[in-house]
Order: sequence, then structure tokens, then C-alpha cells
Amino acid sequence: MTTTTTSVEAAFAAQPAQPNLRQQLLILYLGTSALDSNVIGWTRYDGTGRSRPTMGDSDEPPYATGLDALLDGWRLIQLSQLQPHQPGHEYDVSYLPYEFVFERLVDISA
Amino acid sequence: MTGLVDREHLLSSVEMAHFVSHGSILLESVVPEAMNARAIEVFDAGIPGYPYGTPLDEAFPVGTFVRELLDLPAVAGAVQSLVGPNPRIDHHAVHVRPPHGGEAQNMHGDAILDTRTDAFDVQLMYYPKDVTLEQGGTLSVPGTHLRKINQTGIGRYQNLAGQTRLVCPAGTVAFLHHGIWHGGRRNDSDQPRYMFKIRFNPTVRQLRLWNTDDIDDPQVLQELRAPFGWTSANEGRLELVNRAKLWRVLTGDQEFDIDYYLTREQLRPQFVAPGATDVRLGSNRSAGGWNY
Repeated sequence: MTTTTTSVEAAFAAQPAQPNLRQQLLILYLGTSALDSNVIGWTRYDGTGRSRPTMGDSDEPPYATGLDALLDGWRLIQLSQLQPHQPGHEYDVSYLPYEFVFERLVDISA
Repeated sequence: MTGLVDREHLLSSVEMAHFVSHGSILLESVVPEAMNARAIEVFDAGIPGYPYGTPLDEAFPVGTFVRELLDLPAVAGAVQSLVGPNPRIDHHAVHVRPPHGGEAQNMHGDAILDTRTDAFDVQLMYYPKDVTLEQGGTLSVPGTHLRKINQTGIGRYQNLAGQTRLVCPAGTVAFLHHGIWHGGRRNDSDQPRYMFKIRFNPTVRQLRLWNTDDIDDPQVLQELRAPFGWTSANEGRLELVNRAKLWRVLTGDQEFDIDYYLTREQLRPQFVAPGATDVRLGSNRSAGGWNY
């Protein structure tokens, strides 16, 4: 079977199936690996372009727990793996370990 | 500044414990108004640069504005308590945020990931004018200074429970552990925001450099245990362990503990109890082997 291809640029310039939808992201850092544990950090990115969340824009988290975000309609698309502690470095601390990435799609034509 | 500071101007043990748990200590309005008034002109004119690690005497000779700032007893006492006498100057910078200017920086740690656990640098931040919330003073996250991250690897952390925005009166000097997570905020006011920063490197072991007269004050332990919003669950005990390790470095007391975590880890007795001395038990058997 012969396959006709086009340029990458042309293929990726195609209209998306739902051109009126944009992604909003909510990243929650939780106190433990359990989705219903408390939120200790939060970040938002707004694909609608209607707002520009930045560092230090709020002191209160949008949800008390990760589960509360699900209940409000956010879809969980990724959660961090549980990494074993490296021998000899069990007490070392670094980046926050329990990261949960949520999305929702918003209609910008509305 | 290059001589020893009178003991009464050094930080107390309680204040040092606060620095160890929070990663910062704030001296509000310690710079006289007359100096604050002169500061802007000095900063606008520029302060000469010098190579990394220049001795303080060479970087800021007597007679200069910065030297006058560093010779204020409270400032000199804090510097000596944290990094010791005769520190070297890593670098300095004047940061000016124009009115309605700038974008919020992403959260970061300065310079590069610092692997030291037995020493630290201190950053002095001097604010010659009032800093209001609207002016977008530095946001920092207390207690994060012991977490090893590289620069803006934490850039996607927009907000952490317990974060603070610096709001302070003119003449305030803050001292920050080099590792603290922070970021500059946008200036939404009609006034420019000035901040002068100096990073100090120690030239002596950072051992009992402060006024230790209150070392047994119960408030010391209370400061070392300080909880923050982001340490409220799984990260909290790990933070206590790392603070205890730093307090051991600073005091030289290798048995100090905040809880029992470090002590328990050291419980590895080597003495063989008399009841366990029968050498015949499992002494000469090799593994059976496949299909043996």
C-alpha cells in the first residue's frame, strides 16, 4: 500500500477536531502520595490566554485536597512515581515528591 | 567589621535556631534614616565590582557607604554570627524594580545547586525604602533552604503553603541562607523598589560564632521545630532531621537531636550478647544448590 505523506509543518497546521477548546492545567503538590491528602503547593496555567497565573499569586490553595479537584470536575492526567530512597541519602530532601497534574478543557467561544 | 564584634551585638541562640529552621532572619529598621536617604543616590551611581571571593576590606574599604552599612553594630553582629569574622565577598548587586515594572520571576534558588552541608553562604538584602505589598517585595518560602534543588528547577512551583512576601519598613536588612527558595514579584506601585544584595562566603568554620549564652533556652528547640504549611505532612520529619544535622554542625554537638530520628539511626550496637555466642549455629553450611 502506498502512503502519501505531506510535510510535518502542513500536517501539524491542520485544524484540531475541536478548535474552540483550550486546556487549563492545575498542578497540585500533596502532602503524601494519596490523592485525598492535603494540598501543600499549587500552580495553574491557562491555555485560554484569559489569565496569567504567576508565582506568588495566591496564599490559599484552590482545593484542600487532590480529591476535591476531581469532585469539581478536573481530570487527573499524571501523578508522580514513587521513587525509592537512594542508599546513604535517605534523609536528603529536594524537589517536592507528590505532584499531581490535572486538566480541564474550556470552550473559548462561550 | 574586620575586627571582632562586641558580644552584645551578636545573634542569640534563639535567633540562630530561627535562622536554621526558617533560612532567614530579619532585622527591621536597623539602618538609620539618614543613611537610607543617602542610599538611593549611592545605588543609582553604581557600586564597583570586584572578583569573586574578595576580602571585605578590599571590596568595601572604610569610607564607603557599603562599609558604613556593614559596620552598623546590628549588621556586623549578624554577619559575624552567621559566617564569622573576615568573610569574603562573593558578589553584590543593586536590584531596582521600576514602577509598574517587571514580571514575577519563577521560583528559584540562587546561583547553582550547592552541595555543602557543613557550611553555607549568607545573602544580605538591604531595603532603603519601605516595601509595601503592592511593590512586590521578594517572595520566599521559609524552611526550604536545606532542600537541594538546582536554580529554576522549581520554576513550576507557583505557590507553596506558608510562603511569605517581604513587607518591611525602610532600613530593614534581611539575611538569607543561600539555598532558600524565592522569587522577585512584579512592582504594581508608583514607586521604584530598591534592594541591595551582598553574598558572603565564610573564611572560618561556622562553629559557635554567635552569642551562645542562651543555648539551653527551651525556645531554641521550639524555633528548631517550627512547622510551615508545606511541611505539614510527609516532608515535616525529614526537615527536622536536616535542621538537626545543621545544628550539629553549628554547635559541634554530634549527639544533638530534635526528635529521636538521628539518635535512633546511630543505634547500631556491636557488642555480641553472651546468649548469641554458639558458633555452631549455621556456621559451615553452604547453599544447597540447584536440584541438590
